[in-house]
Amino acid sequence: MEMEFKDYYQLMGVERDATQDEIKRAYRKLARKYHPDINKEPGAEEKFKEMGEAYEVLKDPEKRAAYDQLGADWQGGQDFRPPPDWNEDFAFHGGGFTDTNTDQFSDFFESLFGRGNVGGGYRPHSQRGFHMRGQDSHARVVIDLQDAYQGATRTLTLTQSQPDGDGRLRPRERTLNVKIPKGIRPGQHIRLAGQGEAGLGQGEAGDLYLEVEFRPHPFYHVEGKDVFLDLPVAPWEAALGATVKAPLPTGSVDLKIPAGSTAGRKLRLKGRGLPAKSPGDLYVIVKIALPPADDDAARQAYREFEKAFTFNPRTNMGV
Amino acid sequence: MTKRDLPTLTSEVLEEDIELTLAQLCRTCQLPADQVVDLVDEGVIEPVGRDPSGWRFYGISVRRIRCVQRLRQDLGVNMAGAALALDLLEELEQLRARVQRLDQ
Repeated sequence: MEMEFKDYYQLMGVERDATQDEIKRAYRKLARKYHPDINKEPGAEEKFKEMGEAYEVLKDPEKRAAYDQLGADWQGGQDFRPPPDWNEDFAFHGGGFTDTNTDQFSDFFESLFGRGNVGGGYRPHSQRGFHMRGQDSHARVVIDLQDAYQGATRTLTLTQSQPDGDGRLRPRERTLNVKIPKGIRPGQHIRLAGQGEAGLGQGEAGDLYLEVEFRPHPFYHVEGKDVFLDLPVAPWEAALGATVKAPLPTGSVDLKIPAGSTAGRKLRLKGRGLPAKSPGDLYVIVKIALPPADDDAARQAYREFEKAFTFNPRTNMGV
Repeated sequence: MTKRDLPTLTSEVLEEDIELTLAQLCRTCQLPADQVVDLVDEGVIEPVGRDPSGWRFYGISVRRIRCVQRLRQDLGVNMAGAALALDLLEELEQLRARVQRLDQ
């Protein structure tokens, strides 16, 4: 089997002759940086798992010595095949894993050190005997604001560990249809009981948690269960008052803009926010939009406007 | 855009639909009760009700406990450190959401 060589020293940013203490310090620092609970950037979780794999080898003097035997000429990413006499002097297969799950480590790691027979994510402490509840899976689901108003169904594809023919956990792609409950808010979590990673032995499957994220919208934003709409109005609509069409997520309505409205004025539409037992409110925020002065008639109109007022918008700035 | 041949899975909202007793919370998080009590003392989770036998926990507690467990295990921080990290992470999340909105 061909696979990519992994340069564990390079991954952890340490020299090949680094001391065990230096390796530990490097790992702690990188683990804090890339921990999936802390770093939400795409790719951070991958990186964290890679670090875990590198550290698993480098922290253990025996594994590190074995790894070092491969020599210093290998480059990360190079095609790799273990030497034919590999593993003769080292009894790693079928054991040697004290407290770390290895099922998510690379084929490269497996070819050198074998694979532990218990599975899991990055939470080693939950291994208990052979029967073990599956890990919970976590994923994100991006929905539109309208989905939260009406409820929706989404198809998701995720990679989860499932037992193969030999009962070993292998990553496999799964596709699920998920109901998005009406009234869900950004940052909330949908739990799908028993849809996490498979358990071992008689252990039941873990749960699947989906963190809900709203796709950014050009004119709505959501805070808790309240929804905010930036609504542009013409200067004369704001000054004189007007009834204008306002697009709400549930359809457009006629909205009364009170005379003398200034930019930033908030108009509350009670109960028109996200649905709930006590639903959120919808706030319309008035934005004043100026018509462009891009032809003679328009420029003339602005000049008339200027003449009609004695208006210095900077009065209270002392200029 | 749903796949027709797959059943639609029913879902619950962790923060709203789920309420757990101390025993249920222990089972869900695979933790002994005394450690859950420690988490309550540390302020990581807040039960409703006076004494442990009548405690009820909102579903969000599960998420907070798991996060603390991962931080302790993976980063070697103690309970108080993990609780502090959790609070700061939540604040960071809110601030990030706000910055994202203002950047739009």
